[in-house]
Amino acid sequence: MLFGFEWDLSSPLAFAISIMPILLTGMLVTIQAAVLGFAVALVLGLVWAVLKSAPIRLIAWPATVITEFIRDTPLLVQLFFLYYVLPEYGIILPAFMTGALALGIQYSAYTAEVYRAGLQAVPADQHEAARALNLSTARTFTHIVVPQAIPRIVPAMGNYLVSIMKDVPVLSVVTVLEMLNVAKIVGDRTFDYLIPLSLVGGLYLIMTLVASAGVRLLDDWLPKQGIPLK
Amino acid sequence: MTDPIIKFDKVVKRFGDLTVLDELDFEVKRGEKVSIIGPSGSGKSTVLRILMTLEGIQDGMVTVDGEPLWHQQGTNGLEPASEAHLRKMRGRLGMVFQQFNLFPHMTVLRNITEAPVKVLGMSKKDARVRAEELLERVGLADQASKYPHQLSGGQQQRVGIARALAMRPDILLFDEPTSALDPELVGEVLTVIGQLAEEHDLTMLLVTHEMRFAREVSDRVCFFDQGRIREQGAPEDLFTAPTEERTREFLKAVLN
Repeated sequence: MLFGFEWDLSSPLAFAISIMPILLTGMLVTIQAAVLGFAVALVLGLVWAVLKSAPIRLIAWPATVITEFIRDTPLLVQLFFLYYVLPEYGIILPAFMTGALALGIQYSAYTAEVYRAGLQAVPADQHEAARALNLSTARTFTHIVVPQAIPRIVPAMGNYLVSIMKDVPVLSVVTVLEMLNVAKIVGDRTFDYLIPLSLVGGLYLIMTLVASAGVRLLDDWLPKQGIPLK
Repeated sequence: MTDPIIKFDKVVKRFGDLTVLDELDFEVKRGEKVSIIGPSGSGKSTVLRILMTLEGIQDGMVTVDGEPLWHQQGTNGLEPASEAHLRKMRGRLGMVFQQFNLFPHMTVLRNITEAPVKVLGMSKKDARVRAEELLERVGLADQASKYPHQLSGGQQQRVGIARALAMRPDILLFDEPTSALDPELVGEVLTVIGQLAEEHDLTMLLVTHEMRFAREVSDRVCFFDQGRIREQGAPEDLFTAPTEERTREFLKAVLN
């Protein structure tokens, strides 16, 4: 029994059906961790992108070093660091929060590059036109550059959403009960790993296919010229 | 009134080792329509881009309406201009770009009203009325709600002209406004520019390869070569009886 659901070992099919609610409970945690981690990555990545492109080197340089460091160290190392080191300094977060945060931080280093590339891809022409019209720097950024950068950013961001979903099982090492961890527990108790792990694979496939399709729809729906401003 | 509205005094502009403007002296009177012609790389467009504050200068002085453009009065004499000074000066100029540079995610109307509302502080309603007048003037009254990609190049450039005019500039700069257009669309844009040239107060500076048009609309034509004005004068004189060998060669090449 797990999460109040009994398993039925009478036949493989019955076993598969009986553990489905358990796996779906884990899948919900997986989705929550991925979505929360992705949200952190989107916000923090934008912060990095802005800092890295700052004209003042004293700001841009540390941001570059930090993101490079994040990108070049394994997610698992960062996760262990957050999970075991932070409590020594009195910062105690639930395992799920620590995990989502670790995912978000790791991926923020990647999303920062996506933002930067997307913003830089807006042609210099557009900046010049805005300057000739005397639009302020802030207005140019928010109303000329960003609306045109978003359609360039969305597809790459979608790939990272899928990628982050596939990294959630790493959180199992710090006791987060996401889908893979739950399946492993079921296997440990029933000595049948084949069915729970196969189901995890199948459920993952469905999740990532749905996420990819969603990103593609969003991409098709966004006008290539930019977010329309009437 | 005799004071020039634009004055270049020994202006030097370099890109790395390449000298684009070589101690250029150049003046434009208020209301004057001046065409700039010359081979590519002769610094024609750079003159406009310096005036529009898209490019800085290395040496010399540019004055617009009696005020230094790239300098401002500091405690110890002239200093390089601050962004605030450039913003103030920029308000007197408008520019029409070779590639139109319309904002692709905004309707034609929004392209024209964005700056008047946000920079000049016009009400949305006034800006809209003004934009509709301008669209009428450039012959696009029924295209206000379209997006740039739904228009032909000629129509886009006419929107570009309307957008520049909406800021009520004293000086309008045209940077090869028809060079990116299909030949059959050049006429409609030139017609609009020609009508603007009738306006007494507006000072116009036109970099162009359309020699016949330059001859028709300008008060003066300047032939640029290697970062300087090689020859200038009334269009009839310059086109029919150029004195410099370089001018003759250039005109012979482009008029054939």
